[in-house]
Amino acid sequence: METALQSCLFLLMLNNLLMLGSTRIMWLIRFTAFQGILLAGMLLTMEHALLAAAVLLIKGALLPGLLWRTRNRLHSHHRMRPRMHVAVGVLAGMGGLVLSLWLEARLFTLPALFPPLLLPTALTTLFCGLILVVGRTTALAQVIGYLVAENGIFLLGMPLMTAGTTWFELALLLDVFVAVFVMGIAINHIGNTFESIDVGRFRSLRD
Amino acid sequence: MTAMLEALLFLPLGAGCIILLGTKAMCRVLLPLTALGHTALAAWTTYAVGTGAEPRAMNGLLAPDPLGALFLMLASLLFLAASIYAVYYLREEDRLEVHADIHGGPGFTNAPQRRLAACLCFFLSSMTLVTTTPHLGALWVGIEGTTLSSAPLIYFHRHQRSLEATWKYLIICSVGIALAMVGNILLSVAFYTPEGMTAMVEGMDQLGWFVSHARAGEETWLKAAYIFLLVGYGTKMGLAPLHNWLPDAHSQAPSLVSALLSGALLNCALLGILRGHQIMLAAGLGGFSGGLLSFFGLISLVTAAIFIVGQGHYKRMLAYSSVEHMGILALGIGVGGLAVSGAMLHAVCHSLTKCMLFLLSGNILARYHTFSSYDVRGMRWTMPITGALWMAGFLAVAGSPPFGIFISEFIIFKGMLAADSPLLAAAYLLALAVIFVGLSVAVLRMVQGNRPTDMPQTLREPLLSVLPPLVLGLAVLTLGLWIPDWLWNFLRKGAALVGG
Repeated sequence: METALQSCLFLLMLNNLLMLGSTRIMWLIRFTAFQGILLAGMLLTMEHALLAAAVLLIKGALLPGLLWRTRNRLHSHHRMRPRMHVAVGVLAGMGGLVLSLWLEARLFTLPALFPPLLLPTALTTLFCGLILVVGRTTALAQVIGYLVAENGIFLLGMPLMTAGTTWFELALLLDVFVAVFVMGIAINHIGNTFESIDVGRFRSLRD
Repeated sequence: MTAMLEALLFLPLGAGCIILLGTKAMCRVLLPLTALGHTALAAWTTYAVGTGAEPRAMNGLLAPDPLGALFLMLASLLFLAASIYAVYYLREEDRLEVHADIHGGPGFTNAPQRRLAACLCFFLSSMTLVTTTPHLGALWVGIEGTTLSSAPLIYFHRHQRSLEATWKYLIICSVGIALAMVGNILLSVAFYTPEGMTAMVEGMDQLGWFVSHARAGEETWLKAAYIFLLVGYGTKMGLAPLHNWLPDAHSQAPSLVSALLSGALLNCALLGILRGHQIMLAAGLGGFSGGLLSFFGLISLVTAAIFIVGQGHYKRMLAYSSVEHMGILALGIGVGGLAVSGAMLHAVCHSLTKCMLFLLSGNILARYHTFSSYDVRGMRWTMPITGALWMAGFLAVAGSPPFGIFISEFIIFKGMLAADSPLLAAAYLLALAVIFVGLSVAVLRMVQGNRPTDMPQTLREPLLSVLPPLVLGLAVLTLGLWIPDWLWNFLRKGAALVGG
């Protein structure tokens, strides 16, 4: 089980960096779905079968499906126009990884609570999500960034999950699902109103 | 009492579902009725908490303390005022199918009124959860719920600017709140022991558990947790420099929604920060959390002062005024002691005043069809009641006597001097003076001057458009002249939980 968990964490870390290097929405959605599957796998290794099923359904299938549908409806197949160069994004992600490893070494950590690699992977995932939100101007990419950041936070909280907190974790998943659903509706409106989902064009509300 | 508390949460939730399925006429009746019912229940709950009772429901998931009950009552009262105003507002909006864009863009339509009314109810239900729960995770879910239910409210007028504001609000607040969840997790990490794990994460009274075990928390993790809570909920509260969404959302939302966002929602986010501050105080780290609050409070005051001076958009001006008052609240609580009681009174007075002013801004917009304070002239002639209330509201929000905000700001100032922070007090006074001048220039320009020649000659102002702001204004005036003992004692009870 320990090896399976470590493998999932390693794959998640790799997945994060690949996301930062990707300029196509289609690939970002696929990587997001893969993150959901990896999270479900990690929950299984920690013996949270019910939650694993819920995560697989929501993060691995429903949310990527929702994003995919939105992309197709808006015909958003073109390459994204990143606010910062892709290489800068990847470098920032690697910087986040180094910072996370440094933090793990520096903080008074609790070996009984966090399995090896979990804390830096969670923090790196969070950083990568934030980089996507800030570094991309496409509304869909920003939603994916939010989802990735949320995945990092979910991973950080994983060691604290017990059988008694399942209701709360399910409530959180529902919350995230509704959040992405509402954002999806907003993106549809943006696409219809602005004929583009490039939020870099939002400049009418300034002092 | 248990049933009452459950009804507080589920009444607006159920009403929202019924409104969604019902007709347009039904929503205009159900909305104020729901608000009335909720206010009655909230008053009963607040009274019970004030007399020392400890109401609990849903296995302790709902168990308001004086601090939560104070913000619950405020949210409920403002919702009542906004829902009465909504009856007038929705009737007026219904007169036109396609509305002319103030900025000369293409005409726009509104979202269905049933959706607005239903989302208002869901918004109230989310705020109820936030103010009544001692479970920090449920509090987080409630605050995220307020974001999701209020986003469609901001996009009621379907034009480009409101969509832009909605998107910024959704993304910035959702990411901010996600960071607050990191704070919640780090808090649990700070107290982690294999033996205490179950009690800590599975109990409903998480806040009580953290406070009673605060001394056992690991300091570094606690500080990290508090920073994340402050940044996360601070984004939602509109503390500078995390306030970017606030002027956009407040200026583009319908006025009754802006009133609720500013008067009630910001308090809910503040409550999230105060829960963290409570734990830090119990852990003996109040100096750290209070210092950070004071720092962000001062930054917010200065930022608001910079943007209010010369601000030509009167709704954005009110929004920056909210940033200012959130800064004052953070400062008061950060300083501690007497200033905390002042901050509690300030929260009450600011909520009432800002709700009043935003509702009035809706009247002005309806009459003048402009957001620019340069284009609004002669309000004392064209709309005498709104004009007089707008002037009174300005005096109240700028901290002039005899209104309640003057008293609360003065108590906070005294608290700063008592805490031996003369430099902070001086900076506070300077920022308030600059803001006073900035606000007065715009407001006096709008109220004075001649009646515009192209304005309709009617002086008629519908009762429902001026009654809620009038009542709110009278309440702020009363609090400036006389604070009932029971209210002051209640505020002191709330303040005592956060170092007052």
